[in-house]
Amino acid sequence: MKMSSLNILGVLAMKELRDGLRNRWIAAAIIVLGTLALALSLLGSAPTGSIKASAMDISIISLASLSVYLIPLIALMLSFDALVGEFERGTMMLLLTYPVTRWQVIMGKFIGHVLILFIAIFVGYGGAMLILIMLTDASIEGWQAYLTMMASSLVLGAVFIALGYLVSVIVKERATAAGTAIGLWLVFVVLYDLILFGALLADEGQLIGQQLFSMLMLVSPTDTYRILNLSMFDGVSQAAGIAGIASEAGMSSTLLISVLVLWIIAPLIATLLVFQRREL
Amino acid sequence: MNTTNKNVISLDTVSKRYGNETVVSNVSLNIQPGECVVLVGHNGAGKTTLMKLMLGLTRPTTGAIDVLGSDPAISSAIAQHKTLGYLPESVAFYEAMTGREVLAYYARLKGVAKLECDNLLEIIGLAHAARRRVGTYSKGMRQRLGLAQAMLGEPQLLFLDEPTTGLDPSLRHQFYELIDALHKEGATSVISSHALNEVEARANRFIIMKNGIMVANGTLDELYQQAALPIRLKVSVTPGEAAHVAEKLGSEVNIGEVNNQSLNLSCVNGEKMPLIRRITDLGDVVNDLQIKPPKLDEVYSHFMNGDIS
Repeated sequence: MKMSSLNILGVLAMKELRDGLRNRWIAAAIIVLGTLALALSLLGSAPTGSIKASAMDISIISLASLSVYLIPLIALMLSFDALVGEFERGTMMLLLTYPVTRWQVIMGKFIGHVLILFIAIFVGYGGAMLILIMLTDASIEGWQAYLTMMASSLVLGAVFIALGYLVSVIVKERATAAGTAIGLWLVFVVLYDLILFGALLADEGQLIGQQLFSMLMLVSPTDTYRILNLSMFDGVSQAAGIAGIASEAGMSSTLLISVLVLWIIAPLIATLLVFQRREL
Repeated sequence: MNTTNKNVISLDTVSKRYGNETVVSNVSLNIQPGECVVLVGHNGAGKTTLMKLMLGLTRPTTGAIDVLGSDPAISSAIAQHKTLGYLPESVAFYEAMTGREVLAYYARLKGVAKLECDNLLEIIGLAHAARRRVGTYSKGMRQRLGLAQAMLGEPQLLFLDEPTTGLDPSLRHQFYELIDALHKEGATSVISSHALNEVEARANRFIIMKNGIMVANGTLDELYQQAALPIRLKVSVTPGEAAHVAEKLGSEVNIGEVNNQSLNLSCVNGEKMPLIRRITDLGDVVNDLQIKPPKLDEVYSHFMNGDIS
């Protein structure tokens, strides 16, 4: 029984992966991520000024800052259609008459989409780093931080895949899902920070203390990702100029990762609950 | 035979409402193993909804459904689906995949060997287009692919929603042969159809739906009796004797058209034999006697137009 459940998840995930390969989605994402990573790394490998930062560190900072915008966008583009598209085309109805449960549909798609993102990030970013190492004599000292950056980018992507599913299961039409996904991206990637920093400026440190500010940062998955990447490593956090915010506020990497994982689980569960009630 | 657990499908006073609209109203029925049940009714009569309820795609507002021993809407019933085949009314596929890929995908979900896919594609006449994208398929080809996926894994229970729309006559014939073969193996099927003359000979039982209400449920013979439609008789007599024969038969007999050498009579089912005896008693004047039972579409229109509550 357990084995057969895994088989079903595998079949569903492989379908998404094949779709991603067939429609050149994966190829396009690899090219976009790889080219940007390479461009940023090449620029970063010629650091100026007196900051003692390695090319790798600078690459990580630039890439993490870019990923905050790009990865959620890619993830949402991948996921907004996942459920509403199948409802609208009518393929979901047939699928559910097969020995497939609704949670398997969601988890199967999720695994497939995370795999697509995994390939895009690791081939795109990883490939760029390999080219950089070959082209220049960049040190590979910071490779663990780079690997962490790639892994946490994948986790950030998974958060937005899960959020995309929630949009996809709630709305009735594909077009609405696309619009809502863009809205979600704007809120999490742009507006939330704008409002938070605006409030901080207006407040002039009266009400929003360090504690509350850290809490508010943790509410947003993108900020959590930023803190995780920019302050967890000595080299990186010095270069990024936000040395040790996280450790000062008592945010361990375990806490930060837990927050991100929670941001994956909660939307997935919500998606399942809505899906379970849905009648076809 | 009437123990409930012997039923493959059993509906107990099932109703389904969408908002204020009642799509299925108080339907109770049992379907036994090996039966071929045909659902007939106008568009929007509730046939598709009835199937979706049996498949667990949608839940009844009131009433209880049991399919293969469990409530189809709960997820633990999913395991039963390996023995189930479904062809939706207007079947949709993943357009970017080829016919073969689509079928192989569904085969993997059912745990069916890939070899069977190629066989099915051959049988259904899609082998030549197996490597083309479904997006390029015609309506008929999609319908065939839909049938192929429903047949995967030799299902024990088939739900076919208007299976022969878009199929040419020879494919229709082939399709019914496939269904017959599955029935010989003991499969049960529920088919919704508009093509009454096609299904007439194949179905064990007919369920007639009208505005969500089941207005009839029975074998063809039972429906004939319930409908109490007149049986028509055509009596051929020695030329010139028709009027005379009509006179002899008397006024109790319902006589329709009379011409030189034949008479059209009609009677209700119970009066058929006495009438035939009276006709044979007429002697040598009668050359021939044809008995025409009512057609299924007459029975159908009787139930559709009648005031059955």
